[in-house]
Amino acid sequence: MITDILTALLVVAVVGFIASVILVLASHFFAVKTDERVTKIRECLPGANCGACGYAGCDAYAKALVEEQGVKTTLCVPGAQAVVEQISEILGVAVAESEVKEKSVAVVHCNGTCDAAPKKAIYDGMNSCRAASVLYGGANACNYGCVGCGDCADVCPADAICVVDGVARVDSRLCIGCGKCAKTCPKHIISLVPIGSKQVVLCNNKEKGAVARKNCKNACIACKKCELNCHAQAISVKDNLAAIDYEKCTNCGKCVEVCPVHCITAVNFEV
Amino acid sequence: METFKSLIIILMGSVLVNNYVLSRFLGICPFLGVSKKLNQAVGMGVSVTFVMLMATAVTYPLQYYILDANGLGYLQTIVFILVIASLVQFVEILLKKFIPALHKSLGVYLPLITTNCAVLGVTINNITDGYNFLESMVSSLGCGLGFLLAMVMFSGIRTYIDESEVPESLKGLPVTLIAASFVSLAFFGFAGIVENLFA
Repeated sequence: MITDILTALLVVAVVGFIASVILVLASHFFAVKTDERVTKIRECLPGANCGACGYAGCDAYAKALVEEQGVKTTLCVPGAQAVVEQISEILGVAVAESEVKEKSVAVVHCNGTCDAAPKKAIYDGMNSCRAASVLYGGANACNYGCVGCGDCADVCPADAICVVDGVARVDSRLCIGCGKCAKTCPKHIISLVPIGSKQVVLCNNKEKGAVARKNCKNACIACKKCELNCHAQAISVKDNLAAIDYEKCTNCGKCVEVCPVHCITAVNFEV
Repeated sequence: METFKSLIIILMGSVLVNNYVLSRFLGICPFLGVSKKLNQAVGMGVSVTFVMLMATAVTYPLQYYILDANGLGYLQTIVFILVIASLVQFVEILLKKFIPALHKSLGVYLPLITTNCAVLGVTINNITDGYNFLESMVSSLGCGLGFLLAMVMFSGIRTYIDESEVPESLKGLPVTLIAASFVSLAFFGFAGIVENLFA
């Protein structure tokens, strides 16, 4: 019997060895030269393969930059200014300042922590926000807020998200601003805000004030105090929810002071 | 004339009656995975046909002149997997070097089918059915074409499904599987037809 096992082992090993030798020889002799600029560009890209540029990954973007005409050098969100400059230098094109995207950071617009937001049910299904939200909108009384199963944390290429106290939180130091979490979130409560922002609205509830308040103590009650007090007209309350227009916002912090439910919160993103 | 008749029967039989995807349920992974768009489905179908032909051309002599000749027939499955996988890689390298256009259109699909069960199934079934070399090649061509046919038909059905209103709980894969089962049922209708082609 032992000879049978040995024969089988030997035959498979020999076949495998012959195949590997043929493949090594083939890849050596029939190698196709790749443009060395592709390798160089690939080296200066962050390598997170986040897909924010619209290509399948860093390799695909590097290839497209060299081989296709008119691909913008400014598409890499995590790399920001530094990478744009490096790529442009390798390709020998000018950097158009206006096209460079400002570095941004993901924010989960919800503050429905375990204390603040009562549950309407006990969810015992698979640990996925998508699955949970299909079932009557999730276990939370508030149907707009974070489900808390961490689908965003699963897709984050930088491991910047973790679920704390029932709500997903983004670590701004680790966030590369690729926006994958925003696309994954079934409640669409994650958005990218400019990294210089000093205040964010931590609520996504579009119910009227009384209902919103009943479902979550931290919910926006659409009192419009922020809208009235904003001297730059950067805040508007639409669908019973305050929203900040960061292009107009002057970071004065007035809205944070006047918000009675503290759903507009002061933040200081660390880079 | 007789051989020609039997070859036609083998070809039609493997395209319609013993369709690898719809009757033998092999190669379901690419069938469900790459059938969303017509051009991808065609690319995958052509690649599979190509690989099936190549694999049969190599594994047939391997089985009869090396394995069987030395009483090693029981190593068929594992040796075939090994040989087919490296063969596909080898062909990919050659295509990349010499026919870049073909590599670009097939390139994405080739690595996907290196160890596809439909490819392995064709090579092994050719041996168990006792075909000679010519019959084996015709049978693999038929299986590949059958796969291509299934892919193309199903991509049409999926386009139709995408445009229709599907109940929330059936959206995505569930409705695709249901549709696949209907197509498979339809193919059972071919059983018994091909054998009587020349009767």
